[in-house]
Amino acid sequence: MGLDSVEPMVKIRGLRKSYGGREILRGIDLDVPTGSVMCIIGPSGSGKSTLLSCINHLERIDGGRLWVGGELVGYREHKAKLYELPERQVARMRQKVGMVFQQFNLFPHMTALQNIIEAPIQVKRVPPDQARRRAMELLERVGLASRHAMFPAQLSGGEQQRVAIARALAMDPQLMLFDEPTSALDPELVGEVLDVMKDLARSGMTMVVVTHELAFAREVGDALTFMDAGLVVERGDPRSVLSAPKEQRTQNFLSRVL
Amino acid sequence: MSGAGRIGEEAPARQIVVPLRHPWTWLASAVVVLIAGLVLYSVATNPAFEWPVVAQYMLDQQILIGLSRTLELTLVAMAIGLVIGTLLAMMRLSSNRLLSTLSWLYIWFFRSVPVLVQLIFWYNFGALYATISIGIPFGPTLYSASTNAMITPLFAALAGLGLAQAAYTAEVIRGGIASVPHGQARAARALGMRPMLIFRRIVFPQAMRVIIPPVGNEVISMVKNTSLVSVIALAELLYTAQLIYARTYETIPLLIVASLWYLIIVSLLSAGQHVLERKYRQR
Repeated sequence: MGLDSVEPMVKIRGLRKSYGGREILRGIDLDVPTGSVMCIIGPSGSGKSTLLSCINHLERIDGGRLWVGGELVGYREHKAKLYELPERQVARMRQKVGMVFQQFNLFPHMTALQNIIEAPIQVKRVPPDQARRRAMELLERVGLASRHAMFPAQLSGGEQQRVAIARALAMDPQLMLFDEPTSALDPELVGEVLDVMKDLARSGMTMVVVTHELAFAREVGDALTFMDAGLVVERGDPRSVLSAPKEQRTQNFLSRVL
Repeated sequence: MSGAGRIGEEAPARQIVVPLRHPWTWLASAVVVLIAGLVLYSVATNPAFEWPVVAQYMLDQQILIGLSRTLELTLVAMAIGLVIGTLLAMMRLSSNRLLSTLSWLYIWFFRSVPVLVQLIFWYNFGALYATISIGIPFGPTLYSASTNAMITPLFAALAGLGLAQAAYTAEVIRGGIASVPHGQARAARALGMRPMLIFRRIVFPQAMRVIIPPVGNEVISMVKNTSLVSVIALAELLYTAQLIYARTYETIPLLIVASLWYLIIVSLLSAGQHVLERKYRQR
């Protein structure tokens, strides 16, 4: 796939990020074409979750450029300098990008339904009736319509994560970010969450998925990126990267996890 | 067959289980009840307590006015404490070092100096600045008044109680906000919510669960702390009682009247706090 064909949904060039003097991301280039599923794998500490947080500017960047839907994320460029945008403007951009977290992060003081309608009503000013109807549709889609009045603490981990996906979808995002969505789940609950994600991928959603589920990456991913020590080491078609990795570091990682 | 006992050993149909007896506990209880009874008997029969006088003053007009003044002071001082305390907590948590240091200094100062001292200090503020003026610094004065005219005992009482309370409340609120996991604000930001909205809808309601019980305790302390105001001659419940016994020499019965009223208010507030705590308990 050529880098400069159609404008990709996510375009990253030379992205750098440090924490307290330690460089976590050391110049990342990445394209995620619209409608495709990009899976990112790599050892812990390789910077994949940080990369994901930079895409919707939950983390500041220290260098490079990052575009979502053709729009520069978090900054305004003026005379070759980047000026960070006020939170208000960044918030507007984030409405287009849904995010699902490893720890679900549902709001514990709200029911499943209230979790889903909160942002549409408060941020997008959707009329409550309409928001509620849409939320019920989404709960139906993730198979939890009957659980709408439950509080997060009354739901299993898999159910919480499915509600979290529905909550992100309620904002009608153009892009979905998944940060190790099944890593905190008991093994028998992983399947139900992956099923919802597969369904979402089939519907044509653009997705960036940081994951340890290699089978999912092989089956659903359009592209696979292997990261190590803050760099993209290898990328390509998931089947070929997973079965015949070119780089030594990819081979080492895969031999450890497979 | 299951349960205790060796396999094959049949348990009798009706087993009698004798729990361990605690004879000394029973004896100690008896002694305590006896002592309590003696104290009650003595309180009820000792004429020096002057119970008829207590009954006579319990619903006395003057006492009731003092009582309402106590409630008023509690309410307003707590409100001042909550508003300034919330601001201080937000400053303390701010990433701006100047704001957070200022808040730390305020909390340090107002928690270190006894409230009684602060009250007397505010009452004597006129000795420090004879007049209070509003105007442009080094420019014309727009308004000026004598400090003694502005700082009434009521003003001094509210300033003393409210500003000190703000320092305590700030720490409670800060603890509550800090107790909300970081992921909550992250999730809300990812949904496109703005900082004030996140605070109002996501962080604060969750912080409330942690904040409510200690603030309830602070309200209860405040009811009692208002009695300190008697030193600056503000006629709240205790000072009203003192005014009356200075005239009639019925010191003990009037102190009992005041104590009974404090007991009643604190009991009611404790019950209210219990209800609130149940409401905010996480599901």
